[in-house]
Amino acid sequence: MSSNTPNEVNKNAQPLIEVKGLKQYFQINTGFFRSIPLKAVDDISFSIREGETLGLVGESGCGKTTAGRSILHLYTPTAGEVIYRGKPIITAKDIAEFRTKATMVFQDPYSSLDPRMTVADIIGEPLDVHHMYKSQEERRQRILELMDHVGLNSEHAARYAHEFSGGQRQRVGIARALAVNPDFIVCDEPVSALDVSIQAQVINMFEELQDKLGLTYLFIAHDLLVVRHISDRIAVMYLGRMVELADAKEIYERPLHPYSKALISAVPVPDPVTARANKRIALTGEIPSPLHAPSGCPFRTRCPYAQPVCAESMPPFREVEKGRFVACHRVEEINS
Amino acid sequence: MSLLSVKDLHTSFFTDAGEVRAVNGVSFELERGKVLGIVGESGSGKSVTAYSIMQILAGTGKIVSGSIKLDGQELVGAGEKVMKDIRGNRISIIFQDPMTSLNPTYTIGQQLMEAILLHTDRNKQQAWDRAVEMLRLVNVNEPEKRMKQYPFEFSGGMRQRVMIAMALACEPDILIADEPTTALDVTIQAGILELMKDIQKEIGMAIIMITHDLGVVAQLCDEVIVMYAGGICEQGTADEIFYNPCHEYTKGLLRSIPTAEDTGEKLEPISGTPIDLLNMPKGCPFAPRCDNAMKICLREKCERMQINEDHAAACWMNVRKAVKGE
Repeated sequence: MSSNTPNEVNKNAQPLIEVKGLKQYFQINTGFFRSIPLKAVDDISFSIREGETLGLVGESGCGKTTAGRSILHLYTPTAGEVIYRGKPIITAKDIAEFRTKATMVFQDPYSSLDPRMTVADIIGEPLDVHHMYKSQEERRQRILELMDHVGLNSEHAARYAHEFSGGQRQRVGIARALAVNPDFIVCDEPVSALDVSIQAQVINMFEELQDKLGLTYLFIAHDLLVVRHISDRIAVMYLGRMVELADAKEIYERPLHPYSKALISAVPVPDPVTARANKRIALTGEIPSPLHAPSGCPFRTRCPYAQPVCAESMPPFREVEKGRFVACHRVEEINS
Repeated sequence: MSLLSVKDLHTSFFTDAGEVRAVNGVSFELERGKVLGIVGESGSGKSVTAYSIMQILAGTGKIVSGSIKLDGQELVGAGEKVMKDIRGNRISIIFQDPMTSLNPTYTIGQQLMEAILLHTDRNKQQAWDRAVEMLRLVNVNEPEKRMKQYPFEFSGGMRQRVMIAMALACEPDILIADEPTTALDVTIQAGILELMKDIQKEIGMAIIMITHDLGVVAQLCDEVIVMYAGGICEQGTADEIFYNPCHEYTKGLLRSIPTAEDTGEKLEPISGTPIDLLNMPKGCPFAPRCDNAMKICLREKCERMQINEDHAAACWMNVRKAVKGE
C-alpha cells in the first residue's frame, strides 16, 4: 500500500524533490543462507518545494539518516522513486547528474574530512570528480569563492582539517557540499556535534546560504528546537515510517499524532517557568527493534491510545487537514 | 554548614605542551537536597570540577590548590583510603555514556551487588534484595529477571537507569551526574530526568548536574553555575540566571539558542571560537569573543561580584549594579 504524495503547503512553488513510496531494506544474516530484511525506511512519501527547508526528526534508529542517504542514492533504494524537477532518477546517468545537483553535509566534522588533504583539496575534490573547471586558476578561484561563502579566509586554504575547530570544520564540510553548485542539500545532524555557542553561527550560515544561493534543504536532526527554528515544514519519523508531516509552527504547537505529541512534550525547554509547568507525556516501553516491528501501526506498542484496530492494519499516511499528513487510525478521535 | 563546600579550586593537567589550567579558581557551596547545575561548553572545566571532587582525574591531572570540604571534612590531600570510603558511599557519579560504563562480562546483578557489598555490611542475600529494590526504584521492569541479564541485553535508557540504581544503592549524600542524558533520545531523556527528580525528592540527596544543555538545566536545577575557560562566570538561582543574566557569556548563550516560542528571528551567535586553555588571555577569558568588551576587560580579570542575594557574576559590566546592590 502506498500513500499519495503529500501536496505542497504553497501550491505555487514547484516541488524540487518528490519522494514516492521510498523503501530501503537491508538484508541481515540470521544464519546459514538465511536472512531477514531490516526495514530501515518503509514506504515514505513527501515532496520538498524549491527554496524550502524540510526538517526530519525522530529518535535514533528511526531511519532518518537512511532516508536522507537513499534519497541521494548513496544506497540503492529497495523500492520507490525519487523525482528531481519532475524527472525520476533511474539510470546510472541520472544518478551521476543528480549528484551534481544534490549533495550532503555530514554530522561529524571530525571524521568526515580526510586528515591528509588540505582544505583546498577537500573543497576542490567534488570539482575534480565532476570535471567542473577548465584551468587550475579557475579551480583555485572557485575554491576561494566557496571558502568566502562559508566565512573562511583564503589563508586557511593550505591548512589541514586538524588545525581547525569543530565549527570551522563544519564550514569546510559545507563548502565542499556547495562545490558542485547544488540546488538541494541533505544536512544530516550538521550542528549536533558542535558546542552550543557555535551552533548558532552554523545555523545562521545555513539560512544565509539559502537566501543567497536559493538552496533547498532536507534538515535531519534530533534537536527539535533547532529543527523548528530552521524548517518551514517538519516530518516526524518513527521506526522507518513517517507518522506526521506539517508546518513547523503547527506541529510544534499542536501535534496530532500521539508520537509527535510525546516527542514534543519531551523537549527540554530552556526556560525554568515553562519547564516547571510542562506536562510531559510519558511513553512506556522501548523502541522496538526494526527487525521485529509490531504488526499494524509501528507505534502501537507504546501508544497510550492504542486499540485492537491499530494492531490489525497499518494506518495510511493521509491528509487530515490541508497540507497536514498523519498516519494514525484514531487521529480524529484523540484530537477532538 | 553546607554539605559540600568547594573553595578556590585549581586543577591542572601537566602535558607535554605545558600546564593546562582546566579549573581555575572555582568556589561554590552545595546544600543538602538541592540540585546544582554546572553548564558550559566542552573544555570549560565542568567535568574536571566534578572529577576533582571525586579525585578520579587522569594520570596527568592534579589538584594544584584549593579546598573541598564534605560536611567539614577536608578531601584535598586526604589520601586514597579516605576517598575510597567516600566514593560510591557519600558521593556517587554517573557518566555520560551508559554503553561503556558497565562491564559487559558481568551480569547487571553482580555489578549492582558489588557496590553494596563493598560499602555496607549486608550479606549476599541482603545485597541481592537491595539491588532488586534499587532496580524497582528506577523503573526497570521485572527486576528479578533483569538482575541475571548482561548489559548487552539492555537498551541505552535502561543502562542509564542501572547506572543510576548503582550510584544510589548506598544512599549517597551527593550524586554527580556528568551529562547523564546526552547520549540518549529526548523521550528517554525526559524519563531519566523525571526519575532523577523524583528520587531526589524521595531520598533528599543533593545532585550536581553537569550539562551543556540549558533546557535540562531549566527543567531540573535550583541553582546554576555557568563556567567558561575553567572559571565561574556566573552563579545564581535558575530563575536569576535565565531571567536576569549578568555575564556577557550567559547572555550570549541564552540569545544563541532557539527558544520555545521561536518567532523565526535570526539567532544571535557568540562570535569567535572557544578558548585555547594553553593560551589564556590576560584579562577576562571571554573578552576576545565579547561584543561589549571594554579596555579593562582585556587588562584585568574581573573578580566575582554579588548582584543580589541569590546571584553573583564575574563581569565588569556589573560594576554599577553591584555597587548599588550593596
